[in-house]
Amino acid sequence: MVTLNDYASTVPIAWCPGCGNFGILQAVKKALVALNLEPQRVLFVSGIGQAPKLPHYTRGNLFNGLHGRTLPAATGAKIANHDLTVIGIDGDGGAYGEGVGHLLAASRRNIDMTYLVHNNQVYGLTKGQASPTSDTGFITKTTPNGAGLPLNPLMLALASDISFLARGFAGDIEHLSGLIQAGIQHRGFALIDILQPCVSFNHTNTFAWYKERVYKVESEGYNHADKAAALIKAQEWGERIPIGIIYRQERPVFEEQLPQLKAMPLVKQPIDPMRIGALLDEF
Amino acid sequence: MAVDFNILVGGEAGQGVQSVGMILAKTFAYGDFHVFADQDYESRVRGGHNFFRVRVKDSEVLAFSPELDILVALNRETIDLHEKELKTGGVIIYDGEQIKTPADSKKYINIPLLKLAEDTVKNKLMANTVAAGAAFGLIGYDFDLLAFILKSEFARHGEKIVNDNITAAWAGYKLARERGAGLNIPSLQPKIGNLHRLLLNGNDALCLGAMAGGCKFVAGYPMTPSSSILEYIADKGRQYGVVMVHVEDEISAMNMAVGAGYTGVRAMVATSGGGFALMVEALALAGMTETPVVAVLGQRPGPATGLPTRTEQAELWFALHAGHGEFPRAVLAPSTAAEAFYAAIKAFNLAEKYQTPVIILTDHHLASSYTTVNRFDLSQVKIDRGELLSDTEVSKMKDYKRHLVTASGISPRALPGQGKALVVTDSDEHDEAGHMIEDAATRNMQVQKRLRKLTGLRREIAGPELKTSPGAGATLIGWGSTYGAISEAAYILKQDGHPVNTLHLSEIWPFPAESVAVALGKSKQNIVIEGNATAQMAGLIRRETGIKADASILKYDGRPFSPAEIISRLHEEVKAW
Repeated sequence: MVTLNDYASTVPIAWCPGCGNFGILQAVKKALVALNLEPQRVLFVSGIGQAPKLPHYTRGNLFNGLHGRTLPAATGAKIANHDLTVIGIDGDGGAYGEGVGHLLAASRRNIDMTYLVHNNQVYGLTKGQASPTSDTGFITKTTPNGAGLPLNPLMLALASDISFLARGFAGDIEHLSGLIQAGIQHRGFALIDILQPCVSFNHTNTFAWYKERVYKVESEGYNHADKAAALIKAQEWGERIPIGIIYRQERPVFEEQLPQLKAMPLVKQPIDPMRIGALLDEF
Repeated sequence: MAVDFNILVGGEAGQGVQSVGMILAKTFAYGDFHVFADQDYESRVRGGHNFFRVRVKDSEVLAFSPELDILVALNRETIDLHEKELKTGGVIIYDGEQIKTPADSKKYINIPLLKLAEDTVKNKLMANTVAAGAAFGLIGYDFDLLAFILKSEFARHGEKIVNDNITAAWAGYKLARERGAGLNIPSLQPKIGNLHRLLLNGNDALCLGAMAGGCKFVAGYPMTPSSSILEYIADKGRQYGVVMVHVEDEISAMNMAVGAGYTGVRAMVATSGGGFALMVEALALAGMTETPVVAVLGQRPGPATGLPTRTEQAELWFALHAGHGEFPRAVLAPSTAAEAFYAAIKAFNLAEKYQTPVIILTDHHLASSYTTVNRFDLSQVKIDRGELLSDTEVSKMKDYKRHLVTASGISPRALPGQGKALVVTDSDEHDEAGHMIEDAATRNMQVQKRLRKLTGLRREIAGPELKTSPGAGATLIGWGSTYGAISEAAYILKQDGHPVNTLHLSEIWPFPAESVAVALGKSKQNIVIEGNATAQMAGLIRRETGIKADASILKYDGRPFSPAEIISRLHEEVKAW
């Protein structure tokens, strides 16, 4: 049996005290334990920012790559060894700014992985600049006239016909952990947008602010198989903010359609130069 | 008398210039001739002017010749542009019902291509096949060989298409025999031996080398001249265990290949300069995370979009310096299609052995020119995966350290999912276990460890090919795809009583400084010949050996060098050589 001990790391944590990331870290560990996944079967792929440091603070294989490029690296890894459980971790800057094109491509492709986006509506690591999801008018050092329109990542994901879309809240660890489990169990690309208070740079969207507003869609009889309903739910923001599974569908999984991977993962297939002899005959 | 026979097929994009050209090239290759075929086309789908040149010899041929025996003109512009390239006695095949010729001369051989196609098989599309048949009719080549090639080319379209093509070709063949009679056109007869060399271009050879060398993953975004690599792997990979992902952009391509490389499969990207520019950040990522990856950089003229369908060698320094920060890399620049095959295999071996990126630098001329090569001996292909740990070794490890500091700089490599080892790496500076660090001592150790890999890598790089000629004063220096043209120029110069040495580099980084310095130190005059405007190889040689080239012959018009151009420019531009 896998226990929380298996996911305990000794690497010192570099997050601010009280950061929303701590709750997300707990939720990730609990989800992996609940699914009885051993650390060596898990591959974390992350980018750059405060959120993508998360895998260092637990245990698993880790490819901590470039800012915004988590999804391509994760896709390459998953195709190379589809036996691995692949979890991508980014902040809103990497996922919805620098790497937003990859998000659409990965979602359309429907590679089987789970993508956790810690969305605190601000750049933490570079110290407080506006992010793609910052509120209109948010004044920072790079946006002295106030930030422009925020991007709605849920709408974007739905437009790319995503197969699993959820939103969680860093302040509700149990619920978030359940979403992460569902995302990992889902066959296909799962995006979990996680509302994460930033105690240093975002003094509007605090724990208290979210706690007053978030509600669980499943408690209101919401049908996450209904895409039209999802498009409406994805636009709900302000007094009431929905969390839970927003949309889910079954779609062919990218790597499952590759005949090359039917017998065994690519990485286990032997190298045999003689095999291409028949190809030489074609020239 | 040695055979040196040249045919050029010209026409608009969409007229089937390439398909006629390939049928000619294959039919000569099938007759055991040595063939070099190159193509010139514009960045458009219809219209413009395209041509396909086929050179046929009875000895190895690695360069084109603009002295034509037969010009196959599918449109009038082809005659206007290429008539001047005809040798004395050379002839033009044209469709007199479609094209008005400027003069009534015996060298214009009217073959009504469209009409013959209509009359014989009721299919205008086969006018091209009529043209191919006519070319072989003029030289009296064994028609059965052409029929065999047509059969294998069109077999997948069914028996009727095969037979119609043969019928159309025979119509052209017969009429050309009649109309060419008495013109003293040299006859060219296939040999019986049937050695059956392969006829392939640089990209074909790279693909075969990559697949023989165990490449299992390719990611890419189409870009001339590398698109055909992606297409070939996408097609054949399904059956041969290679996955090709057509990605959203080249940034994704390189990051994906690095992700696959980290996970343990041999991974490759293929692009041109503009795409490689987007890959550069992830090239450094591979350097930092010590991930094996192979990048094919097929050069075309830049900067920016440049001349998309043409050739240049102006990305040597780009390949050497691409990437922020300092990390080891190898740069291979195969000179011929045959070398491209072996370069691909070597690239994967070096990438895994030294856990670092390897760049294969080619160009449009090498990528898209066809040559006959002896069949590759697959039994001689050696796979060296370097210090890849076995499952047993991994199972004995307690705390695996992906970036263990060693004397060679190479850390034993486990793969994610292999036993209980956790494979941790980071684009941030990291400790031996792969976790991010800030302290100076660890930083220094990891930088030094990575760069120590250069010591071993340097020993793997082959020195230049030096060919000396008694009495030679000058050494002609080249790299990559200019090999054929420079070698042939040197051969002609020797025949003409003006011997030169040649020095050619096919493996460029780590730079084989010692062997280059020894070779050039003895030479009276060093003349660098390269396809760029700033003499990049000359600069590299000077930087690495202190030897300054005495002259440079540079070309940046997007066209390849011919041996004749090299010779005439030596006479015009270089004093007292």
